[in-house]
Amino acid sequence: MTPAPLLIPLLQVPLLQVLLLLVPLLLPFAAPPLARRILDRCPPVAALWSLTASALLLAGGTVAALGTLALTGLLKIPAFAALGELTHPLRTPSARLILPLAALAAGLLTLGALTLGRSVLRQVTGFRAARSEADRRPAAGDLCVVDSPHPDAYALPGRPQRIVVTTGMLRSLDAAEREALFAHERAHNAGRHHYFLAAAELTAHCHPALRPVRAAIRLAAERAADEVAARTVGDRRLTARAIARAALASTAPPPHSSVTPGVATGPVPHRVTALLSPVPLRPRTWIAALLTTCALLSSATAATVALQVHENIEIAQGETTD
Amino acid sequence: MTDEKPGEMSDEKDERRPSGELEAAVLAALWAAGAPLTPSQVQTELASGLARTTVTTILSRLHEKGTLERERQGRGYAYRPLQDPQGLTALRMHGELDRDSDRETVLARFVAQLNPDDEQVLRRLLEDGE
Repeated sequence: MTPAPLLIPLLQVPLLQVLLLLVPLLLPFAAPPLARRILDRCPPVAALWSLTASALLLAGGTVAALGTLALTGLLKIPAFAALGELTHPLRTPSARLILPLAALAAGLLTLGALTLGRSVLRQVTGFRAARSEADRRPAAGDLCVVDSPHPDAYALPGRPQRIVVTTGMLRSLDAAEREALFAHERAHNAGRHHYFLAAAELTAHCHPALRPVRAAIRLAAERAADEVAARTVGDRRLTARAIARAALASTAPPPHSSVTPGVATGPVPHRVTALLSPVPLRPRTWIAALLTTCALLSSATAATVALQVHENIEIAQGETTD
Repeated sequence: MTDEKPGEMSDEKDERRPSGELEAAVLAALWAAGAPLTPSQVQTELASGLARTTVTTILSRLHEKGTLERERQGRGYAYRPLQDPQGLTALRMHGELDRDSDRETVLARFVAQLNPDDEQVLRRLLEDGE
């Protein structure tokens, strides 16, 4: 609970507080390479949980750190200090250092909030359109067919849970491959993967380094559903073929013929390869533990500093004596 | 895989599946065929070892629910999915969903966009797998 006694006086040094706030802002940059390794080495469900939990902790640490910086700067401005009922000046590093930092932090927070708001709006619109489309047509079991030549399929959460598939998709697969597709979409609904995807979306707007982690979370959710589908139809090769066929069928000719970076392969080849390769005998779950530890460290640091700054504010308000 | 020899195992497995899943499989087969199908044609199409009586039951249930329409063919019926009178609106809404070029939604989609390199990798994997 309490840090070592020696740390407490150190934590009260304002400059050190600001330096400590850099930890939760910099640690997320370690996440993308770890996330890639987790995807390669851990069972998909474990990867999905650890990536999502870590992303949430790292995002929380980032927001707490930026918020603390912004608040500290705000309380250096006399008008706000009066509003905050500060009777003494708040102990901070020199205003020349803290004010630009605080302004930057406030700017980043605003930017994140704006892009998040836009994304939420877009998601809600898209979800409503999909929901009303599914509710309006007759379903057979949980299947809802959309008459469209464009091959597409997705899982629709909510009540009732549906799997939505276009006629274009149904026609590009054979009966056995369609069963693999249905099992995959049902696995998304049964595993409540939309919560993980929503969390990934939220965290991606908190820190730029968490954007690749969002992609990793999405891929982990797909991999988890692929594994369930392979078990349900009892055939990994068939499941891999269904995914590959569906992806090739739904790929329109590239919209821009600009050069695409060809170093990393996209999510679909990764999934197909994973299904065709032998299951690793010894998963490396320690990588997942390492990332989660980093994330815990990051959010704990942010929380400690935020509490210390809160105490400084109370001192400045004259409520506590130093 | 099991296409050639639908053994007893798969028979039992399919007969024991939840009826919702069977309905979905039947409707999917009808849409994929794109023409009216008789119960035995659906049975062949599914290649899953379902008894024909089961297929017939599912087809008439879907017909009662208004999902399918049927026409007389010989001594029985041929079924096809009821075309959506509002197909146009559906198409428009679908376009709405598609417009997100990055398709970054919380809806878990089956497959993501491929880049040209992915396409080559996939074709190779498919060829190796055949």
